[in-house]
Amino acid sequence: MPFAHWNADRAAAIVAAQANREGALLPVLHALDHAFGHVPDAAVPIIAQALNLSRAEVHGVISFYHDFKTTPPPPHVLKLCRAEACQARGGEAMAARTLARLADRADIAIEAVYCLGLCASGPAAMFDGRLAARLDDDRLTAIVEAAG
Amino acid sequence: MVARVYVPGDAAAVAVGADEVAAALAAVAARLSTPIEIIRNGSRGMFWLETLVEVETPQGRIGYGPIEAPEVPDLVAAGLFDGAPHAKRVGRPDEIPFLARQTRLTFARCGVIDPGSLDDYRGHGGLKGLERARDLGMIGILDEVTASGLRGRGGAGFPTGIKWRTVAEAVADRKFVVCNADEGDSGTFADRMIMEGDPFVLIEGMIIAGLAVEASYGYVYIRSEYPHAIAALERAIVTAREAGLLGAAFDLEVRAGAGAYVCGEETALLDSLEGKRGVVRVKPPLPAHKGLFGKPTVVNNVLSLAAIPFILAEGAAAYRTFGMGRSRGTMPIQLAGNIRRGGLYETAFGVTLGELVEDIGGGTWSGRPVRAVQVGGPLGAYFPPSLFDTPFDYEAFAARDGLIGHGGVVVFDDSVDMARQARFAMQFCAVESCGKCTPCRLGAVRGTEVIDKIITGQDVAANLSLVEDLCHTMKLGSLCALGGFTPYPVMSAITHFPEDFGARRTMAAE
Repeated sequence: MPFAHWNADRAAAIVAAQANREGALLPVLHALDHAFGHVPDAAVPIIAQALNLSRAEVHGVISFYHDFKTTPPPPHVLKLCRAEACQARGGEAMAARTLARLADRADIAIEAVYCLGLCASGPAAMFDGRLAARLDDDRLTAIVEAAG
Repeated sequence: MVARVYVPGDAAAVAVGADEVAAALAAVAARLSTPIEIIRNGSRGMFWLETLVEVETPQGRIGYGPIEAPEVPDLVAAGLFDGAPHAKRVGRPDEIPFLARQTRLTFARCGVIDPGSLDDYRGHGGLKGLERARDLGMIGILDEVTASGLRGRGGAGFPTGIKWRTVAEAVADRKFVVCNADEGDSGTFADRMIMEGDPFVLIEGMIIAGLAVEASYGYVYIRSEYPHAIAALERAIVTAREAGLLGAAFDLEVRAGAGAYVCGEETALLDSLEGKRGVVRVKPPLPAHKGLFGKPTVVNNVLSLAAIPFILAEGAAAYRTFGMGRSRGTMPIQLAGNIRRGGLYETAFGVTLGELVEDIGGGTWSGRPVRAVQVGGPLGAYFPPSLFDTPFDYEAFAARDGLIGHGGVVVFDDSVDMARQARFAMQFCAVESCGKCTPCRLGAVRGTEVIDKIITGQDVAANLSLVEDLCHTMKLGSLCALGGFTPYPVMSAITHFPEDFGARRTMAAE
């Protein structure tokens, strides 16, 4: 999915739209991530100012959660489930082969995810936000290839 | 007549092509000028049959599965819309043994109704619990929930009635109802299924909780790995608000998590909702006294809240008839991993692990022998087949150094390396630790290293006793279940599968 380029004015508007909610920081970070695909360091002072928090507090929250990245993502993101239910159906071996096969694809970030809730249909993955289950090497390759 | 066709919109069906099946059905019907109505129901929970297409006929709903999009033209030509014979026809879904043998109280409507339709919900018994709750009033609701024997379905098994009474008795200007939908355990998907397949039952349960404790606002904290559940529940909340169920007296909103397993721990979840790092709080004070924003708060799992409408509608006695010992009612058990018939199996407490895995689940998906079964998620113990007589019951599992947790059952065949599984448990704890307490933060890292030494055959006997000692410290010294329960998978793997720890001789010599 295409994300907007970082823009401080737009970021400030996004933050302002969420700032009055109780416990606003996670909704703010999700909204920024949704717009820009990441939450860069430049966002920290904007958020801190709007929510009356210290920059350290904002940075601490961003760095705590796996979802929030501080650099823009590559065009494609493949999240492979590495949790027990998918392990039980050969998920680890499939993940190892996939990592090797796609090692030189700089356009794809391959991440581990611990459970997509598809535990009776593993191995499972999410590619560019779309779920896929009952995977094998061929199906997974087809899904990745279809995206170019 | 317009043929009514059901194609699940459940994430586990979508992940195996349900959207493409629905699109193919619409395209074929349009080409044939056959008017059809496609309803995106929840899943029945028989995942080996997904995508399970159902068609309404005078004989009831007839199922076909598993269906993939390219098969659709042939299926329609064979007479799908009339329920005609076909190799993939499975008959009436509720007569399939896997479903027929269940006791679906919480999941009665899941997979049956249109999850987006409040009318459909009401037409299938929905909102009866809320009506009766309004008649009973605060004290009456508390008595009913206490009498039902319902215990927290998130894993801890704390009596729901006592928790609610504590919040009800607390004095404050504001109180909250928080639904824990951070279903992070591998092998579990019941929360996700109910939010996608019958979201109004959760909303009804939360409104009743609000009445019982005099809370006026609720949050549903859903993990970000569940985008379909977030969307389904947000839609249902809008519908419920338009219908006047939610509003000034009690309102709700969904908050998305951000990929932190520890936020499934209730106090870390509360901090996350407040916009902080998801760090575990020291208890006391209990959330029931000082919870969200320091106010008295009910924190309940999705399945606990979703059980409430039945209890109020049919009465506590009807619920507590089911079960055994102090585990009353039904448990939505999730059969997962390397299992032939995986899915959602709601049944009264008391069914044995062996019945679940061998009889109901049909053994392994790979066809190889079952070697280990992890019950209760990443913090649950591994059970060997020699313990398959253990009944599904909080106390029976505790007596065998295990836990039922959120009801996930993950099956492994004989290709599993239990030393690797023990290492994974430690590594997972290290990755997901919130960092507040030392036994968890440091223990999990050191535990991973020591198990690595065992795997490579260094000083096996000494290192095994070191792991045991470390597990003892983590179990007793950690603030929450993440560090405190990681010893369950580790120690159960060592105890029941010593041959995988290079310990055949050393253990026998002790």
